Amino acid sequence: MEANPRSTGRLPAAFLTPGSSSFMDFLADHSPELLPGNRKLPEGIVEAPHGTTIVAATFPGGVVLAGDRRATMGNMIAQRDIEKVFPADEYSAVGIAGTAGLAVEMVKLFQLELEHFEKVEGATLSLEGKANRLSTMIRGNLGMAMQGLAVVPLFAGWDEGKEKGRIFSYDVTGGRSEEHGFAATGSGSIFARGSMKKLYRSDLTEEQATTLVVQALYDAADDDSATGGPDMARRIFPIVTVITDEGFRRLTEAESSELARSVTERRLEQPDGPRAALL
Amino acid sequence: MSTPFYVSPQQAMADRAEYARKGIARGRSLVVLQYTDGIVFVGENPSRALHKFSEIYDRIGFAAAGKYNEYENLRIGGVRYADLRGYTYDRDDVTARGLANVYAQTLGTIFSSAGEKPYEVELVVAEVGSEAEGDQIYRLPHDGSIVDEHGSVAVGGNAEQISSFLDQRHRDGMSLAEALKLAVQALSRDTNGTEREIPAERLEVAVLDRTRPQQRKFKRIVGRQLSRLLEADNAAAAKTDEPSDEAPEE
Repeated sequence: MEANPRSTGRLPAAFLTPGSSSFMDFLADHSPELLPGNRKLPEGIVEAPHGTTIVAATFPGGVVLAGDRRATMGNMIAQRDIEKVFPADEYSAVGIAGTAGLAVEMVKLFQLELEHFEKVEGATLSLEGKANRLSTMIRGNLGMAMQGLAVVPLFAGWDEGKEKGRIFSYDVTGGRSEEHGFAATGSGSIFARGSMKKLYRSDLTEEQATTLVVQALYDAADDDSATGGPDMARRIFPIVTVITDEGFRRLTEAESSELARSVTERRLEQPDGPRAALL
Repeated sequence: MSTPFYVSPQQAMADRAEYARKGIARGRSLVVLQYTDGIVFVGENPSRALHKFSEIYDRIGFAAAGKYNEYENLRIGGVRYADLRGYTYDRDDVTARGLANVYAQTLGTIFSSAGEKPYEVELVVAEVGSEAEGDQIYRLPHDGSIVDEHGSVAVGGNAEQISSFLDQRHRDGMSLAEALKLAVQALSRDTNGTEREIPAERLEVAVLDRTRPQQRKFKRIVGRQLSRLLEADNAAAAKTDEPSDEAPEE
């Protein structure tokens, strides 16, 4: 069978046929069964682990994207150390809330889509192009979303043309909107957004921006049971990533634990966190 | 009605091989060398956009001499093969050996099928290991044979001469600048033994660098970094003051 990638025979004709630079288009032509959107939908409702809160904030020179580590299934904690923030390519990252299994698969395909384009064309997609590609993928998942298996990502990256960090948020239908300053998605996003609304300033440094997103995640975990706070006992800390003109960087375990520790310590004195001026 | 002439299989294959070899010989040769931190690809290429070397996957690079549209087709086929395989299984399951086999089968089938004209290409598929012992270099001539190479390899019209030049001078553990210098020397020698100068702007250089922190080890060396490497090399050569019969680098 042509679609069998284990075959050591010659490359199937489809591989050598000139076509688009999109890996997804290639899959659709060659092995459509591998595309998540092409799957037959099962009957009934499936219960699966859900990832919760992702936050992002821009600062002059870049953008920060961070996520908590909890996955829940109903009222149960399904996983305490799930990773929900991934590099999409060298200059962008994607964080996912929603059905964990589908979301992780979507990210994998999205990463491959960007890499494939880059290898075939010898040039990277524009940040807008990447954001639009992610839109298409979410739209492809609409059938699943209607059965409760929604995936709602947050996409952030460094725009080399505009020389600034940008954030894009999505709804389940693939609707895409650019967010200015900060954004959040997932079950704890209401609280995270409220927190960032009070703390965000447009002139943050990189360090301040990473502190801001950890404060926001702390506030989300404080009020939303599905969002996990920093787990000091098990040493599980939020994943914090920074994207600048130097590319994607994930804070090391030491850096994120230090960040989480200082935020948590201050909260012991002031449980509601830093106060914004009344007027 | 004319009766078709009988052509012996030996003669038919010899003709096809000659046709392919002549096509390949029209292009410039290129070399692939191991150096201490990985594998370097060096070739003369006046074009900035139409590459001879490219990334196939995390640790796998591709180099080709011959007809551009044919090797470009094979390159994209290889990228599709690698990406599909990595997506289906795991990134670690994409290997240069697997890719080289697929290319060998593809070239071999095309070469021996009477209906198709043979591809006028010669390929190199290289994979950088986590240590020098893990490096793999495969050379794939137009007929679909496959050669497992070590140290250095040259492909293209002038390959034999360049190969023997490299075989004598290449050693394990060369620095990138040393390997680059050797490669440029090898490429500068014409068939008749004379040397000419290849300016840096006409060089296409890429590496598979095992020390790169990223998962993807392929990197092009261009502009300032390239001239720095070529210069660093001159300085080093002048300092050690080794007796050398080679023409000075530009």
